[in-house]
Amino acid sequence: MEVPIEITVNGRQVSKTIDPRTLLVQFLREALHLTGTHVGCDTAQCGACTVHMNGRAIKACSMLALQVQGSEITTIEGLTRDGELHPMQAAFRECHGLQCGFCTPGMVMAGVQILADNPKASEAEIREALDGNICRCTGYQNIVKSIQFCQSGAQPASV
Amino acid sequence: MYAFEYQRPTSRDAATGAAAGDARYLAGGQSLVQAMRLRLSQSERLIDLGAIDELKAIGVDKNNAIRIGAMATHAAVAAHADVKRLAPALAELAGGIGDPMVRNMGTIGGSIANADPAACYPTAVLALGATIHTDGRTIAADDFFTGLYETELEPGELVTAVSFPSAQKAAYVKFKQQASRFALVGVFVAQTASGVRVAVTGAKSHVFRATPIEDALTKSFTPDAAKAVRMPTDDINADLHGSAEYRAAMISVMAARAVAAALSR
Repeated sequence: MEVPIEITVNGRQVSKTIDPRTLLVQFLREALHLTGTHVGCDTAQCGACTVHMNGRAIKACSMLALQVQGSEITTIEGLTRDGELHPMQAAFRECHGLQCGFCTPGMVMAGVQILADNPKASEAEIREALDGNICRCTGYQNIVKSIQFCQSGAQPASV
Repeated sequence: MYAFEYQRPTSRDAATGAAAGDARYLAGGQSLVQAMRLRLSQSERLIDLGAIDELKAIGVDKNNAIRIGAMATHAAVAAHADVKRLAPALAELAGGIGDPMVRNMGTIGGSIANADPAACYPTAVLALGATIHTDGRTIAADDFFTGLYETELEPGELVTAVSFPSAQKAAYVKFKQQASRFALVGVFVAQTASGVRVAVTGAKSHVFRATPIEDALTKSFTPDAAKAVRMPTDDINADLHGSAEYRAAMISVMAARAVAAALSR
């Protein structure tokens, strides 16, 4: 039996009916075509599916879409405003914080949360807080650098 | 996932009222949703507790006991000023479960009702001598965990809150299994009004008290006293991640580190 869902995604009201078994990540990708949120391990280990619910980072593969009923969801697509990259996205580009790019949406969403919770996070604290995000290109050095670059407020040199 | 009927009540009473028959409560879903996806869990009705605000409160009872609503997330417990002040070991434990995203969804009620053999929260419940409040009664920590994913809860019984009495000194230390990040062995040590209590996760079918270490720490609350205890290997888990002998030895090592952490506060 289909159930109504009403949420806000990237500032836009969404109202649909879904099978209760629909995962949040399926809803975002297949119903709303927001394919920036990735499915990596599909078992809540890798963090590629990380989105924000009411400003808190969560793993969209490990929850039902109905669990976010009435919430505000932000995906990687929602970080960009008027064509301008979010400072965390710009920092990842500046510091070459990605290789294949598969984990990147989750890393960026996690990075935004890390600095929101702890604006003065040390390198060790940033690494610890990335516990739930896995990069298989071994790109952690530049991922951490990217978050630190964003933290510094420096302007990216590349355009 | 098997099909189910979904309900999202906004009050405790509505939740328990919906729980007749083949029903299951959904807390944060960090274990249950994965179990459902693997078809390891099936029920006709799923009652999502996520919209019941009265289950999310964290407060301080008389005698400085911390009372945590069943739907309080690990992140909320870890960041709560009163928990950090009155029960820092509990805040640290909550702040070390899973990863930041898991902590934003996972709840204390879900963790203890699921009773995963390697979960962190059950050690705090047992070592601090907590009281589990349900919709119909209170259950002492020593009676709550009964087996592998098994508790004293009756079908349809809803955990509403957990009360933690204050401890003089306490700390939790775990050795993470490198792939899953669950505790291979985790030990919570507490000096409480009713004596030293030591609870262990990851090593048996469910959380248990390490009485030989409790006895040693009662005589001398030092890391060396804990480390000197040779834990029996009876009923200790053995798998490709560690033999029973290894896990038994790690209980003493983790207990010693927990005592050191408790003393350094």
